[in-house]
Amino acid sequence: MIEYALIGLTRFLVGGHPHWQGTIPSDRQRIYFANHGSHLDTILLWAALPSHLRATTHPVAALDYWGRSRLHRWIAIRLLNSVLIDRRGSRGEADVLAPLKQKLAQGRSLIIFPEGTRSNERLPGPFKSGLFNLANAFPKAELVPVFLENLNRAFPKGAILPAPISCAVRFGTPISLRADEGRDEFLSRARTAIIALA
Amino acid sequence: MIDQRIIWLFLGVGALLVVASIIGFVLSLYVKSDGARATVGNLNDRVRAWWIMVAIFAIAFWFGKTVTLVLFALTSFYCLREFITLTPTRPSDHRPVAAAFYLFLPLQYYLIGISWQSLFSIAIPVYAFLLLPVLSVVKGDTIDFLQRTSKIQWGLMLTVYCVSHAPALLLLKIPNFQSNVLLLFFLLTVVQISDVLQYVFGKLFGRHKVAPNVSPSKTWEGLIGGGFSATAIGASLWWITPFNQPEAAVISFLIVVAGFCGGLVLSAVKRSLGAKDWGAMIEGHGGALDRMDSVSFAAPIFFHVTNYFFVP
Repeated sequence: MIEYALIGLTRFLVGGHPHWQGTIPSDRQRIYFANHGSHLDTILLWAALPSHLRATTHPVAALDYWGRSRLHRWIAIRLLNSVLIDRRGSRGEADVLAPLKQKLAQGRSLIIFPEGTRSNERLPGPFKSGLFNLANAFPKAELVPVFLENLNRAFPKGAILPAPISCAVRFGTPISLRADEGRDEFLSRARTAIIALA
Repeated sequence: MIDQRIIWLFLGVGALLVVASIIGFVLSLYVKSDGARATVGNLNDRVRAWWIMVAIFAIAFWFGKTVTLVLFALTSFYCLREFITLTPTRPSDHRPVAAAFYLFLPLQYYLIGISWQSLFSIAIPVYAFLLLPVLSVVKGDTIDFLQRTSKIQWGLMLTVYCVSHAPALLLLKIPNFQSNVLLLFFLLTVVQISDVLQYVFGKLFGRHKVAPNVSPSKTWEGLIGGGFSATAIGASLWWITPFNQPEAAVISFLIVVAGFCGGLVLSAVKRSLGAKDWGAMIEGHGGALDRMDSVSFAAPIFFHVTNYFFVP
C-alpha cells in the first residue's frame, strides 16, 4: 500500500518512465549499475522494474544516510528492500562489500551506484572498484548499465524538495567482465556503457 | 445548482464525438496505403483522447468551482513540468524552479479561488518576476544567468499565469449573468474546435503552408476554413454568453486568432528546444502543452476583453 503510494507520488512529481533499450526485464540474476544524481535515484530505478522483480532486487544504500534515523532505515529496508553498506568502513570490517556478496550468494539482484556518491553533473564521474569486485566474485550475474536522466536537475545535492521535472530510466545492453580485463579497463568500459545511453 | 444548459452542451459535445468516432471507424475499414493508415490511426487516437478529456472536464464542471480550479492547476502543473523538462536548466536553478511549482502555481489558483482579482493579475508578472532571479542569484552561478532566468519566467507566465485565466472567468461579476461556467465552456469550445477544424480543413484541402519552418502542418486553407467555421460556431453559441450575436462573432474571431498565434509561437519554442512534441501524455496529441498551447494565448485575451467591456 505504502509502496504504491510512494511510487505514485514519485511518478506524479518526476515521472521516471522505463525505457528498456538494450535488454528486457528478466528473472536472471542481475547487477544494475547507474549514475547517481539524487536521493530519488534508488526509488525511481526500483519503481521502473516490474513489480515481480522488485521483491528480489535490492538497492544498495549508504548506511551513513539511510541508517541515520528509524524512518530512513524503515524506508530503506522495509519499503525499498535495500542493503545498507558502511561506505566509510568505520566499523573496521574487513570487507565493505560483504552484505552485498551475501545477497548475491542467495541469488538476489542488486542496484548499485558505482560512483559511490551523488554528483551534480549530467554524466557519471569515475567509478569506485566495488562493481569490479562484485563482477569478479559473481561472474554469472548480468551487469546492466542504467542511465538516469534529469535526476540531478530534479533533486540536486542540497535541495530539500524534488522539483517536478520529468525523468527517464534507460536500461542498456548488459556487459560482463572479460577474462583478461584489468580493473581500470573494466570500470572505464562500464562507465562508457552508461554514457552511451545518455 | 448546475445550469441545465451545461448538461445539454456536454450532450452536444458527446454527439459530436460519437459522429467523429463513427467516421474514424469507417475510415479505418477503407484506408489501404500505409501513409493513410497512419493518419487514420492518429485520428482515432485523437478522438479517443478527446473522449477522455471531455469526460474529465464534464466531471469537473459538474462538481463546480473548486474541482475545476484543481483540474486547471493540475493542467498547469503538467504543462510547466513539460516546459521545464525540455528547457535545459541547471542544477543551480533548483530553487526558482521549486518556487515556481510549489509557491506560485498554488498561489495563483488560490487567489482565483478567493476571487482576489487585483493580486491574481500581478502575483506572477510582478512578484514572481522579481523573486525568481533573486532565488537564482544566491547560488552564485552566473553561467547563462539571463537565459536560465528568462526560461523559467517564460514557462511560468505561459503555463500558469496565462492558462489560469481560463478558470479565472469564474470570478468575473457580469450584470444579469450568473453562469460563468458557460463562459469557460465557450472559450474552451471555440479554441479547441478551431484547432480541430484547422486540422481537418488542413488535411482535406491544405496546399499552402503558413510557416513551413515553424509548423509544417499549419496551412492557409486550414487556417481560413477552420478559423471561419470556428468563428461561426462561436457566434452561434451567443445564447450561452452575455454577448449578443455580433459581439459573440467578434470575440470568437479574437479567440481563434489568439489560439492560432499560441500554436505557432509554441511550435517555434518547441523547435528551438529540438523537440517535436512537448511530451507523450495524451495519445495522438503529444503532451499536455500541445493541447493547451492555443488556450494559453486565447484565455488571457478573452478574459481581458470580457472584463473590460462587460464588467462594470
